[in-house]
Amino acid sequence: MRYLPNSPGDRAEMLRTIGYSSLEDLFSQIPQAIRFQGRLNLPGPLSEQEILDFFRDAARQSSREYVSLLGAGAYSHFRPAAVDAMLSRGEFFTAYTPYQAELAQGTLQAMFEFQTLMAQLTGMEVSNASLYDGSTATTEAVLMALRLTRRNRVVVARTLHPEYREVMATYVRHLGTEIVEVPYSASGQLDMEELEQALKQETAAVVLQSPNFFGAIEPSGEIAELAHRSGALLVATVTEPLSLAVVKPPTDADIVAGEAQSFGVPVAFGGPYVGFLATREKFVRQMPGRLVGQTVDTQGRRGFVLTLATREQHIRREKATSNICTNQSLCALAATIYLCLLGKEGLKALAEQNLAKAHYAARQLQEVPGAAIPFTAPYFNEFVVKAPGKAEDVLRELRREKILGGVSLGPFYPELEDHLLVCVTETVDKATLDRMTGVYRQFANRTETGNGAKTAAPHAVGQEK
Amino acid sequence: MKDQIRHARTHVTRNEDLIFERSSPGKSGVDLSPLDVPAVPASEILGKEFYRAEIPGFPEVSELEVIRHFTRLSTWNYGVDTGLYPLGSCTMKYNPRINEVVARLEGLATDHPYAPAELAQGCLRVLYETAQCLKEITGMDAVSLQPAAGAQGELSGILMIQACLTDRGNPRKYILIPDSAHGTNPASVTTSGYQVRPLKSDTHGSIDLAELDRAMTEEVAGLMLTNPNTLGIFEVRIREICDLIHQRGGLVYMDGANMNALVGVARPAEFGVDVMHLNLHKTFTTPHGGGGPGSGPVAVRDFLEPYLPSPTIERAADGTYQLNDNRPKSIGRVRAFYGNFGMAVRALAYILANGGEGLLQTTQDAVLNANYVMQQLRDTYDLPYDEPCMHECVLSDRRQAVRGVHTGDIAKRLIDYGFHPYTTAFPLIVQGALMIEPTESASKEELDEFIEAMRAVAEEIEEDPEFVLKAPHATRISRLDEATAARRPVLRWKE
Repeated sequence: MRYLPNSPGDRAEMLRTIGYSSLEDLFSQIPQAIRFQGRLNLPGPLSEQEILDFFRDAARQSSREYVSLLGAGAYSHFRPAAVDAMLSRGEFFTAYTPYQAELAQGTLQAMFEFQTLMAQLTGMEVSNASLYDGSTATTEAVLMALRLTRRNRVVVARTLHPEYREVMATYVRHLGTEIVEVPYSASGQLDMEELEQALKQETAAVVLQSPNFFGAIEPSGEIAELAHRSGALLVATVTEPLSLAVVKPPTDADIVAGEAQSFGVPVAFGGPYVGFLATREKFVRQMPGRLVGQTVDTQGRRGFVLTLATREQHIRREKATSNICTNQSLCALAATIYLCLLGKEGLKALAEQNLAKAHYAARQLQEVPGAAIPFTAPYFNEFVVKAPGKAEDVLRELRREKILGGVSLGPFYPELEDHLLVCVTETVDKATLDRMTGVYRQFANRTETGNGAKTAAPHAVGQEK
Repeated sequence: MKDQIRHARTHVTRNEDLIFERSSPGKSGVDLSPLDVPAVPASEILGKEFYRAEIPGFPEVSELEVIRHFTRLSTWNYGVDTGLYPLGSCTMKYNPRINEVVARLEGLATDHPYAPAELAQGCLRVLYETAQCLKEITGMDAVSLQPAAGAQGELSGILMIQACLTDRGNPRKYILIPDSAHGTNPASVTTSGYQVRPLKSDTHGSIDLAELDRAMTEEVAGLMLTNPNTLGIFEVRIREICDLIHQRGGLVYMDGANMNALVGVARPAEFGVDVMHLNLHKTFTTPHGGGGPGSGPVAVRDFLEPYLPSPTIERAADGTYQLNDNRPKSIGRVRAFYGNFGMAVRALAYILANGGEGLLQTTQDAVLNANYVMQQLRDTYDLPYDEPCMHECVLSDRRQAVRGVHTGDIAKRLIDYGFHPYTTAFPLIVQGALMIEPTESASKEELDEFIEAMRAVAEEIEEDPEFVLKAPHATRISRLDEATAARRPVLRWKE
């Protein structure tokens, strides 16, 4: 086996040294009755070339020939080559949690930079060193709010990612926490009147997403005011953090949680991603997840360490702020490298490109008879379009043009059947968008003709009579 | 012995500022493609209410500066690629390069989680095949790859126990956890809504059956144990332990963190475990990445299958793969999408590279290496539980503590000899623990060097304990002031 460095001779010598006669003997303490008697029925062993063939075959059965207009919490952005070049350094990716700070200053300084970047982006005072993903980060933010307020009721925007709401429900079910969902208004944003109603009872937190699941940007300042007036905290979730380069961050929120996958982390069928959680300094001791802090060594030189570990499970065990043992260090590193490469102006220019492309697409689609952009709120790179026909039919037509045309909203929001969530990033070119509009038009024409025939028929019959 | 430091790998390299301190206006490391649609005025579209003009303090550097910055930072790290990394309970084994190549293949790295199933057959197949392999390795009947890490696997498993017992009429209140357990175990149990009842270990470091008999009441939902336990000792009476729990209506959860000791040798389902998680980043070579991403698939016996996180991945009669989210008894979702897919790709590549035979040889080497280290060091360091070990061994600093030098200090001095230290001060039931897990990735030659270094440090402690207390001496920075870091936290750079 190519990964094993011990030779048969080494093994024999080691066994002799420690007084065993065979490798089998090493396991003699395990009772025979529960020893596995057979041989594992697994494929392999395969050579490296065979492994490559196996996965190349799997990779062929994919959507790689298609242009993707799918977003909804996972965003296809261009990844500069330098990101993977740096991630591939063994010193980074084969290291573990930086418990031994003297041997992990690279990871620690990079995480300190990640914390700074996320704090700058979100407009918060502090950020942790990352969490599993956006869904669990949002959930951890809610749990944090429950601890901070000692209340047990959460008001959640229905425009929070449906899967994030599901994860939250899994985590709080056993705490007896009441979850109240607030609908959206005609603008696609949180319905403020309904929110006010919902806040009449004692509430720990209001949870919103901005841009929300429909792409609509929420007036987080106003919502924060309502939440705070009733003693609740505001948790703002961001699934598309690139928006923060041109959209004001929700600085009135108490906790900003979200997903940073957009920053140099591949879409990779849903993971691994990188959650983040940023908040105000005064709440830092109730924060979940790892934190890196700046300090000095015995000579007064700057260095970095994991800090405030007394919140964490390995010290506090059942009294910890969270059961999380890890962060998503390598993905957070990817985000850090990505953000450093883009920089202040680059990130802004990229965000403006996303904004322009999404608005171009929406304006084109809006012109198509039978299609409509139902929500009026400002949006970033994602918007909802009412399809000129059955969503599934439109998506199928688009697939023929090698376009994945969006996420069908019907399964998540029954009232939005035949509505698509469309995401346009810098990776989609104008020609594709025009082709998409073309498909919509053809579809609209066909449907019109179809509908026309249907509606014309009874008329004709009537006229004949 | 001090002169050995000359042979040590040094970590002294040039300083590197924070990226923010290298920044100057007008630079960027990326040139965008020209915009091929009409530009829109962001400030008008978003309006005063929403438009952000700039991100204050954000860095501005060129591509080369980014490359140099992170390359320099990387040289301050120690990884498995650098050398022996015997960090107990973490299974720091070699991360095969082919894993990284296949995880980055276009199609696997680029498929969107909401791509239609017929265009995501490759990804679904990888998830399905990985689950099949893990079933075979554990002897379990069903696997979900959704949990993002071991701790989330634990939580999922405990929630399944809760759901199952609720269906049986009473979820009960407590989960028993041995005092030797990882900290995540009690933390996950608390997150699930159960309360923790700790179980004292016996004089052999194992579960005390008499104690278990007393503790396993009708209020107890089950037992959460690690096998081999955190002392590296196999629970030889595991069958009796599981039988006792089952007879009294409870279920058994196994933390699979130490599965590197068992693959091909014993299957948890066959010794009575009902539900367990695996750490793909430990046993199955997905990289630790400086602390994540991990992956914590959860494996269950057939009667718990209905409770697995939703959705599950199924293979239809025609050979196609489908997601099934019509699972009324499921504990729900624990993470958006389907888990850390990229980690499943790597784990499957590792399993394929080995096959059953290779995995068995791997387990044997891991256990051989740990026993070799234990036997060679037991004369120098105290061995609190004199039992045959599995994949890791636990020593104590009892003899060195007399000279005022503790496990953490010995670890720091080991750094000067060019090794990553073992795990310090864990498990908690051993005062001053040195938890050593060489893994199968260590060669005899390297282990001999490590053993020699450990003996040398012990001698230094006899001759000059002060010198060891001030270690490390060969790193770029010396010991850091952790107390001040916690008292006055500086968690970000500011202008």
